[in-house]
This record gives sequence, C-alpha cells and structure tokens, in this order.
Amino acid sequence: MSLYSEKVMDHFKNPRNVGVIEDADGVGEVGNAKCGDIMKMYIKVKDGVLIDVKFETFGCGSAIATSSMATEMIKGKPLEEALTLTNRAVTEALGGLPAYKLHCSVLAEQAVQAAILDYYKRNNIPYDASKFPDALGEHEHDHGQEEDEE
Amino acid sequence: MFVYADHAATTKMSDVALKAYSETAAQFYGNPSSLHSLGQRAKEVLEDCRGRIARAINADPREIYFTSGGSESDNQAIRSAAYAGAKKGKKKLVSTAIEHHAVLHTLKKLEREGFEVVLVPVKPNGIVDVKQLEASIDENCALVSVMLANNEIGTIQPVNEVGEICRRRGVLFHTDAVQAVGHIPVDVKEIGCDYLALSAHKFTGPKGVGVLFAKRGAPLTPLIEGGAQEKNKRAGTEDLPAIAGMTAALEASIADMGRSSAVLKRLQDKLIDGLSKIPHCALNGDRTLRLPGNISFCFEGIEGESLLLLLDEKGICASSGSACTSGSLDPSHVLLAIGRVHDVAHGSLRLTLGAENTEADVDYLLEAVPEVVTYLRNMSPVWRDLQEGRRQYIL
Repeated sequence: MSLYSEKVMDHFKNPRNVGVIEDADGVGEVGNAKCGDIMKMYIKVKDGVLIDVKFETFGCGSAIATSSMATEMIKGKPLEEALTLTNRAVTEALGGLPAYKLHCSVLAEQAVQAAILDYYKRNNIPYDASKFPDALGEHEHDHGQEEDEE
Repeated sequence: MFVYADHAATTKMSDVALKAYSETAAQFYGNPSSLHSLGQRAKEVLEDCRGRIARAINADPREIYFTSGGSESDNQAIRSAAYAGAKKGKKKLVSTAIEHHAVLHTLKKLEREGFEVVLVPVKPNGIVDVKQLEASIDENCALVSVMLANNEIGTIQPVNEVGEICRRRGVLFHTDAVQAVGHIPVDVKEIGCDYLALSAHKFTGPKGVGVLFAKRGAPLTPLIEGGAQEKNKRAGTEDLPAIAGMTAALEASIADMGRSSAVLKRLQDKLIDGLSKIPHCALNGDRTLRLPGNISFCFEGIEGESLLLLLDEKGICASSGSACTSGSLDPSHVLLAIGRVHDVAHGSLRLTLGAENTEADVDYLLEAVPEVVTYLRNMSPVWRDLQEGRRQYIL
C-alpha cells in the first residue's frame, strides 16, 4: 500500500490510546459525520499534566492515524505544551500525508484543543482564548478541497 | 489469502485475450492505414474484429467505432448528439442522477456551453423512474442517456423501455453499457439505442480500448482529429493488439455467460445474505435487478476508506463510495441519489465478483468483512453514540 507512509499505516493498523476514559477530566469532539470524520478526545489531568489521553475516531485511515499520533505526542505533557501541538507537527511525525488528507491532521489539533478547553471550562480555570484558535472556531473544519472540477 | 473483489473497477485479462493481444502485436504490427501488404494484413485483422464485435452485440460492422474506452465513447456519443440537436434548435439533454462521471461531467460541460440538462432521479432501489424520464422529454430534447447497469450498485436499468420511448418521441438514445457488456446479454436492436459505449477491461480484455456503437444515420462528430481512421470519426492509429484482445475477451465472455452468471449469482446471494446479518447495514440497489457479481452495502457508524485499508491488509481488494476514496468532499452521487444520507454513504463497501472467484473467497469475505466492521465500530464515537442512544440509527 503506497497511499500512506509506513508510519501512517502503523498508527492506522495499531492505533495507540484508542478507547474511552470514563471519568475523563475533559472531552473534545470535532468534525461531523456528514463530512465523514469525527474525532473524540478524552483527557485525564493531574497537576496540569496530561496523565492519560484516549481517542475514538470515525473516519478514514489518515484520520485514525493522526488521532493516534496526536495522543502519543501529548500524553505525559503539561497542558500548555500540549496546546502548542500543530497539525503540521502531527503530519511531520507521521512522515507526511497526501495533500488531500491534510485536513485530517487539522482535526487532530482541533480535538486536542477542544478537550483541554473543556477541562478549563469544567474547572473554571481562566484561559487565554488565543491558545485555542481551532476549538474556539477561528478555523473551520476545512477539507482544503477545491471545487470538484475537471 | 488473496481475494480480488473489485471486478467493476477492472478485470484481469483472460488467457484468450492475452494470447490474441500478444500474437497480434507480434504478427500484425503493420499500420492498417498503410498500402503495403503488411499494413493490409493488419487492416484485415481490424475489420475481422469489427465484424465479430458487431455480431456480439447484434450490430452492423459499419456501426462499430474503436475508441480508447468507455469514457471516450460516452463523451463522443453525447457531444455528437448534443451538437446535432443544437443545429435544429434542440438543446435539452435528459439523463439520470446515477450515471458514470464520463456522462455526468460531459453533460455538465455542455450545460456551461448553453445546453439544458435534466437529471432524472432514481427510485430508492436504484432504478430510474421511467415515467418521470418520459415526462422530461419534450420537442427540445436532443438526447436521452441512461446507463444499462450502474457501476456502483449494479442496478440494471429498463433501457428497452427507455429505447421504446425515445423511438416513439423521435429522440436520440445513448446507453453507457460499460458494466453490462460481457456480463449480461446486450443487443443493440433490442435496446433500440442510437449509441452504446463499451469498455474491454471490464470483461477481461485489455485496458485503454473500447467501442462506440453508433447506429447508421446517428450523428457522429470526431473528438480527435488528424486522420481518416474509423471513417473519419476517430483519428489515431488503431491499437490493433488491444482490439484483438478485446474481441477475443468479448466472445469468450459471451460464450461463458450462462455458466458464469449462474455461479456469480449463487456467490452473490450467499454474500448478500451473509453480510445482511451485520446489524445496522443495508444493501444498496435492487436485490434482483442487478448485475450478477455486484454486492454493495452501507454500514452505519464507520467510514469506507478505513474499511478498505483493513480489508487490503487481509488480502481483499474492494472499493467504496466514501468521500475519502473518491477524492472529493462528498460521498458517491449514486448512494446519495438512492437516498442514503451522507453519514451512512461514507460507510459503503462495494464487492464485485468475477469468474475466477470461488466459494472459498466468499467464505473468507464473510469472515473478514464483519470482523473489520466490528473493529472499526468499536473505535467509532458515532457507533458509541448510536449504541448509547445519543444518536438515532438511520439503517
């Protein structure tokens, strides 16, 4: 299979941190079923550190792989650091994605922010809105697709 | 185990086709347009193939034009009829919502050139609504285009009925028969079509070659200029080895049709019955009015591309109409046209069987598909929402 890199296929076939955290401290869900991808991220926080992260994803191979990679990259990290995760970093860590799949990595970045924002809101922790550009709706879920045109 | 279940995408060349292909390439390399004997021998082979293809679909050899395949044939038929109609002030083109993109994109371009395009909807079983189609035909109508069998959901359209209507109303009729030829009986006189497109690689012939049948007297405009080949209607030196391979493949497919379609039907029934046991799924397209090897399902709560990748890991080649596999934002227009909403259309799977598939292949598919569907559902937040009542099942 050469559609995806070996790294992408590895994370797709053996996704890390799949599942649900029943007593999660924050939950973020992004995307929609109409577009064909939804990511749900569950986080457990202790002393400002992400001690556990789990995800569920409805979507294509790259959506599942980017979810998996994103959880691996933020698990064990302080919240502030996790918030700096970019879709670009996730894509690079996966050894790249086909251009038309880049929106999947945006979804992973959004899901992480949404979960952390949920944690801040639940605990009435003041937050800097500029750190949540995706979760607060500045970026729309964008497939980066041009008009279907011959 | 390896199971190729994507025969609607393309087929492996049969031995007879390969033999005809390679022997023709080796022996008849002359240009059929050349005056010398080597060229003339190639010309004889070309005309022999034309006659045999004509017989296979009950046409006259003069009605057979060799092209690069189904897409070119569809393009040329539609443009020819449209431009001929426009000369008489007829600028309406009627087709269906489930046509192949070779038809739909051509129509879309013509719409931008000033034609009126009407796409008639299909019923939930994937069969065109003939009454509505007939109601769309008026004195401005230049062409009706209805496919013989759908490439995604395999539904067989009532083309004989459409042909009858078109004859009665004096409108040209084109049918895209790419998925049908070699798989079910196709007779241009019975259909009553003015144009018919077929493609060799769908019936174990080589890729890059096909036929446009254009009834004598039907308008025909070349898309490719530059030579007198194909009676000035299609320039370019004929791909004789491919044409010979196509001819051999078509004859063999037709000769074996009775046996192979009975076998395929049995395997298809077993697969449909087996996959129907997966909860919250639905068969796409009519259960009986469909091509013998086509099985198309939607599974709720999962996405098609990940399904295909995991099946590929298990050695299964299949296809899907999900957005991620089509390379566009929307899932298959065919699935949307039969009323599948986006959410479930993304979770589609198409298995298309061919003559070399066996009972063991079907057993393996019946083991692997439910396993992969369950695996993906278990990591799907949509499935969890459905199961826990936060979202309503559609299927």
